[in-house]
Amino acid sequence: MTDVSATGAIRRKPLVMQYPSLLIFLGCLALFTVGVTVLSEGFGIGMISTSFVKTLGKTLCLCLVALAMDLVWGYCGILSLGHMAFFGIGGYAIGMWLMYARTELIVIESLANQALPPTAQEISDGIATQIFGVVGASEFPPIWAVSHSLTLQLLAVILVPGLLALVFGWLAFRSRVTGVYLSILTQAMTLALSLYLFQNDSGLRGNNGLSGLQNLPGLDDVPQSTVSIWFFWASALALGLGYLASVAIVSGKFGSVIRAIRDDEARVRFLGYPVEAYKLFIFTFTAILAGIAGALYYPQAGIINPAEIAPIASIYLAVWVAIGGRGRLYGAVIGAAFVSLLSTWFTGGQAPDVNLGFYTIEWVNWWTVLLGLSFVAVTLFAPKGIGGLFDLLTSKTTPDRHGADLGPDAGALREKEAET
Amino acid sequence: MSVLRRFYIGIASVLLTVLALPALAQNADAPIQQLLQEHGEIIAKSSRKTIGPAIDALGSSSLPKAPEVLEKWQAKELWVIKETGLFVYTEKVDSKTERMIDIATGEVIGEVAKRDLKQLKPNSGIRGLIGAALVKFQLQDPSVAARNRALDAIERDAEDTHLAALRDVMEAEENPDIAARMARLERLLTIEFGESDEERIDAINHFAGDLGVDVRAALNPLVAVRVEAAEAAPEGDDVVRVLTPGSEALSREAAYDILVAAELAKPRISRDDKREALIANISDGTVAGVQVASLDSEEARDLAYAALARDGVVDAVATEAEVDETLGSFTFFERYTAASPAVALAAAAVLTGIETKVALNQTADLALDAVSLASIYFLAAIGLAITFGVMRVINMAHGEFIMMGAYTGFVVQQFVPDHTLSIILAIPLAFAVTFGAGVLMERLVIRHLYHRPLETLLATFGISIALQQIAKNIFGTQARPLTAPGWLDGSLVFNDIVSISYIRIAIFVLALLFLALFLFVMNRTRLGLEVRAVTQNPRMAASMGINPDKINMLTFGFGSGIAGIAGVAIGLYAKVTSEMGADYIVQAFMTVVVGGVGNIWGTLLGASLVGTLQKGIEWLNPSNTLAAQTYMILFIILFIQFRPRGIIALKGRAAEA
Amino acid sequence: MSHKLLATSAAALLAGTVSAFACDAPIKVGVLHSLSGTMAISETTLKDTMEMLVDIQNEKGGVLGCELEAVVVDPASDWPLFAEKARELLTVHEVDVIFGNWTSVSRKSVLPVIEELNGLLFYPVQYEGEESSKNVFYTGAAPNQQAIPATDYFLEELEVEKFALLGTDYVYPRTTNNILESYLQQKGIPAEDIFVNYTPFGHSDWSKIVADVVALGADGKKVGVISTINGDANVGFYKELAAAGISADDIPVVAFSVGEEELAGLDTSNLVGHLAAWNYFQSAESDANEEWVAAWKERMGEERVTNDPMEAHYIGFNMWVNAAEAAGTTDVDAVRTAMYGQEFPNLTGGTAVMLPNHHLAKPVLIGEIQEDGQFDIISQTEEVPGDAWTDFLPESAVLKSDWQELGCGMYNTETSTCVQIKSNY
Repeated sequence: MTDVSATGAIRRKPLVMQYPSLLIFLGCLALFTVGVTVLSEGFGIGMISTSFVKTLGKTLCLCLVALAMDLVWGYCGILSLGHMAFFGIGGYAIGMWLMYARTELIVIESLANQALPPTAQEISDGIATQIFGVVGASEFPPIWAVSHSLTLQLLAVILVPGLLALVFGWLAFRSRVTGVYLSILTQAMTLALSLYLFQNDSGLRGNNGLSGLQNLPGLDDVPQSTVSIWFFWASALALGLGYLASVAIVSGKFGSVIRAIRDDEARVRFLGYPVEAYKLFIFTFTAILAGIAGALYYPQAGIINPAEIAPIASIYLAVWVAIGGRGRLYGAVIGAAFVSLLSTWFTGGQAPDVNLGFYTIEWVNWWTVLLGLSFVAVTLFAPKGIGGLFDLLTSKTTPDRHGADLGPDAGALREKEAET
Repeated sequence: MSVLRRFYIGIASVLLTVLALPALAQNADAPIQQLLQEHGEIIAKSSRKTIGPAIDALGSSSLPKAPEVLEKWQAKELWVIKETGLFVYTEKVDSKTERMIDIATGEVIGEVAKRDLKQLKPNSGIRGLIGAALVKFQLQDPSVAARNRALDAIERDAEDTHLAALRDVMEAEENPDIAARMARLERLLTIEFGESDEERIDAINHFAGDLGVDVRAALNPLVAVRVEAAEAAPEGDDVVRVLTPGSEALSREAAYDILVAAELAKPRISRDDKREALIANISDGTVAGVQVASLDSEEARDLAYAALARDGVVDAVATEAEVDETLGSFTFFERYTAASPAVALAAAAVLTGIETKVALNQTADLALDAVSLASIYFLAAIGLAITFGVMRVINMAHGEFIMMGAYTGFVVQQFVPDHTLSIILAIPLAFAVTFGAGVLMERLVIRHLYHRPLETLLATFGISIALQQIAKNIFGTQARPLTAPGWLDGSLVFNDIVSISYIRIAIFVLALLFLALFLFVMNRTRLGLEVRAVTQNPRMAASMGINPDKINMLTFGFGSGIAGIAGVAIGLYAKVTSEMGADYIVQAFMTVVVGGVGNIWGTLLGASLVGTLQKGIEWLNPSNTLAAQTYMILFIILFIQFRPRGIIALKGRAAEA
Repeated sequence: MSHKLLATSAAALLAGTVSAFACDAPIKVGVLHSLSGTMAISETTLKDTMEMLVDIQNEKGGVLGCELEAVVVDPASDWPLFAEKARELLTVHEVDVIFGNWTSVSRKSVLPVIEELNGLLFYPVQYEGEESSKNVFYTGAAPNQQAIPATDYFLEELEVEKFALLGTDYVYPRTTNNILESYLQQKGIPAEDIFVNYTPFGHSDWSKIVADVVALGADGKKVGVISTINGDANVGFYKELAAAGISADDIPVVAFSVGEEELAGLDTSNLVGHLAAWNYFQSAESDANEEWVAAWKERMGEERVTNDPMEAHYIGFNMWVNAAEAAGTTDVDAVRTAMYGQEFPNLTGGTAVMLPNHHLAKPVLIGEIQEDGQFDIISQTEEVPGDAWTDFLPESAVLKSDWQELGCGMYNTETSTCVQIKSNY
């Protein structure tokens, strides 16, 4: 026993040595963070507007959720179309506290002027009327039971997506739902959740969602230029930590097992590994990661509503990861940042229209078409995505199997496709 | 005939006079004009609340022109001259000018700028009243349409005078349809306005088992009840039942409020009123000796209020214990209030019989709805049953093929205005367009990805996104009309409860046709044989001389083409938008997966299950359709946990293919 | 931005003449309407309206001697993006006023940004009320300018005794129906005679709901439908209604979200006589309207129709122009003060007045659908002052909005305190 563990300890190199890209990535992230801070309005010379700082902060959160998607899809082979739902749940969880706490301050202040001191019930009624007045209700639904406590809601950011993923994953993996079936099932889960949230009866303000999330309770005097940088830092930190954790997971034996599950699940099972447990761990862990990303994203966006959770959002997430390059963590980050920023640029109307003479291509309208088709192109011709470019730099080559499949499974990449 | 001829001669002479005398004076003194002038103000005001006298006056006047004026007024053809306040009929000359016609003589007065006139626009409430006033004229009208209009008016706004009027003309009615309607209406009116209890009960009993909404509408008001309270339970026929406070039918609060309203008990006080009372009695920071600052709970406020009551400053209010005690000393019961007990009991008895039948019929109607929804899902899913079920190709752009079919229908209707012809043209065209799109997609994309199902899913998603946006760019985001031919308008009505629109029947029939077509192609044709061979073992099939590439292409095209036809049908019943495909795609996949991949009967069962389930949940929770969809998806997720291969699971080798 | 403007306006005041207003750059008017996504179809029309209004004003010589420039951004029907674009308009483009938004949720998304940066927003669409922001002028109808008069019409003119409130499941129908339920109960309609149903956006399977509505008539009471069904879902709803053979005389339907634009997607021959309530119909007879419709058709094409939110922008924009001229500056606070009491003729006749609660006084029109997809106006009220807080919900009845005298949008008249200065979002 001691021998084995001793050799294991000797063989194990530090993470950084195994993954030199980790240091490069963290370095770039740190540099980027410092750069943006220096250029910002809140803490620097004001070269970058507050709204752009927010956009960048949000992009970091999207990178984090893309990282989670890459773990679950690129490494473990589970094409989940539900991770944006977990992202949204994280946003709702933190949004409930933000709304409650901000409204509580307003209500207490306004009730303080009354002749009689307010009872606890009156305060609670006042808050409920403020929050739910717009959707025609004046009582707190049970789901808001712990919304007064930041600690508990922060816990919910982790627990709710985690538990949902755990239960859903357990049910699905246990009955051996795999491949496209699992994708469709996760998509159905996302659709059910967004339809549920669209109802006013869900207690989360239906289509209106939770709004005014950018105003931190009790910090009315702090300008948004400062708040935006705080969130930017938090997002960068979360992304850095998330990256570190992901590298830790995909390295070593654990990483090998999940990649093996991706390539041939049955074979891994026959080798005696509890495949379901591995998949469940990855699924749940990435759901939590997505939840955290959402909890950081929505206070910067200012509003969350069920449309954010619609299945199409999760599909876009898959698009980002695919374009960035699956199965490499930095690929996901690059994909999310590249596509979402490009998307902002194109839909923002900044992209110049292309006049073809007989027809003018307005990118506001044609960007989605371009995105959809480039997605098809990437799938067909460049399965490695943007990340493949780095392989050219490091002149990494694919193993030569003389035209056979790269994996033992018929669904695995064929050498011919992998090279393109 | 002679009347008509005289009319023509009249018009001709009028035209002649107009040509001769461009400005003829209006006959302001004609009796009918006088009558209208008497009520000029309320007619111009045109409100149902005040219009009564004017309509009554016209209806009861013996002037021969009165019915005509009423009819014209009802048809929004009566105008008033702003300056003089005189009433005229008009004909449109152009967008700015109207030709005035005298209401008394029917002669043209002259042309006038539209802005000098005001059109009377009776709202539908007033039109109903006018209709009711016209009943007595129209009931005897020789034209069938007019008599039917009269009966319509009675159905909408029955008055007690209608009963007598109806009875007068019933015997002489020759048209059997109208006679039947009259007989039914006469009974309904008897129930409402009949003089003696006997004739009313007689009429009521006649309707035993009748499902008409009008019957229930006549009977239900008769059994209206009121909850009353007394020290002891009263005797009498009109007491329906005794209620216990705190039961579902009568809450404690409601029961107590009845007592308070009848001044049989002390009032309770609301939290707000209590607070107001306390605030009103604040002096030097205390209320009845209690510090204001300590009044931050309901208990503290109760105590302070009680203290105030002891001092006699405010009225004492009932405590919970007192409420219970008071309630205990009274009996609560329901009493018929709208009709005599005998009539009410008869109505109640007939209604009970009807209600059972109504419940049965509602179930039947719900079942029809479920079948209809199931056939829509089946239609949306059948193309998938081919591409996904047979070929195992995940095509997320399937919904967009449905959309393409629907837009094809829309475009055809732009060029072929005849709706029947355009639909007949649209169906093969939609098939051709989506068949082509399907083949193109198979050749360009899917062919390269047969080994990688997850990537197929993603690539087809990309196509789906692109197609949706292209449709938006071409047709805009607004819903486009795809109008069904006239013969598909309306519904097949079994009775007042069970009915289904023809368009849904057409969709059902189409679904059956598709099922037959699918079975025929797969089981009876060379193509079907080859498709099955390629699916089961492509290499073996290839060595038998079958070209798997060609078969795959054709099969995919066939599945896509069927989706296109489904799109035309779905567009006819709902709407054509760029997102219509996305609305159905998840449900369609669910249908195929729940039913069991690779088996058309499974798809059929899946569609039935999904449709029935959704309607069932809607029935349980009628006020929220969204919930029905959510729970249905949840159910399907759970269902797949327990039967991952669907209702009809393929066994043996086929399952591994 | 505001510093610069304050300085300029101070200079203008010192000089005592309007001409002192420094005109080194055009005055920027932000247009915040979705040009892509689901709301594009409705909002693009409003973007075009704004561009037309700006052009017309420039022909007249602009504002304060300066030319106007419309800054158009596209929030793409994405609610968080509305907030981002509003911030961009105010901080990057430094616009003086924003005309924009359609859905309530997008307005709620923009509110915190507008209030934080002290912007000025004109919101042109009928909405659910229960809100008052210092920085927003609501030129669309509040519930008491559309829903309540229409319900009164049902109660009094059509003598409806039983109500089916059908709506799409989002905030406007929810709040409106809530207010109406409360209002109807105050009018003596018992709770069991009010049937409420919500359907998702784009709902298409209406057979059961229509059957339910017909079945409501079984107790002999006249049934009326108040529809807050939004957008595409109306197509299926009216098709099913027509298929069921429900005539407007038996079960009238009054819609609050169906206007000329929506009817363009429908065959209206089976819907003749059903109703809609708005503050404007294209068929309104007045010289100003004729001119407006003609100008619109000339610019956009003969088949285009005008609608109520367009009139709201028309009034709002002209009032803003007049207020800016009166204030001698485009500074937000000065213009806001000058807005109160501004009058401008409606397209339907009469005069709209801007009230201290940031709402307009406008007439309410009820129209019957005609075969040609236009509305026949059968009822037109006097000007009704818009009410930010409804009188028919107990918790709102005590609230009042008065930015002119009280400087508070949420003033509790019972306790005489200002509940909050910022709006609720």
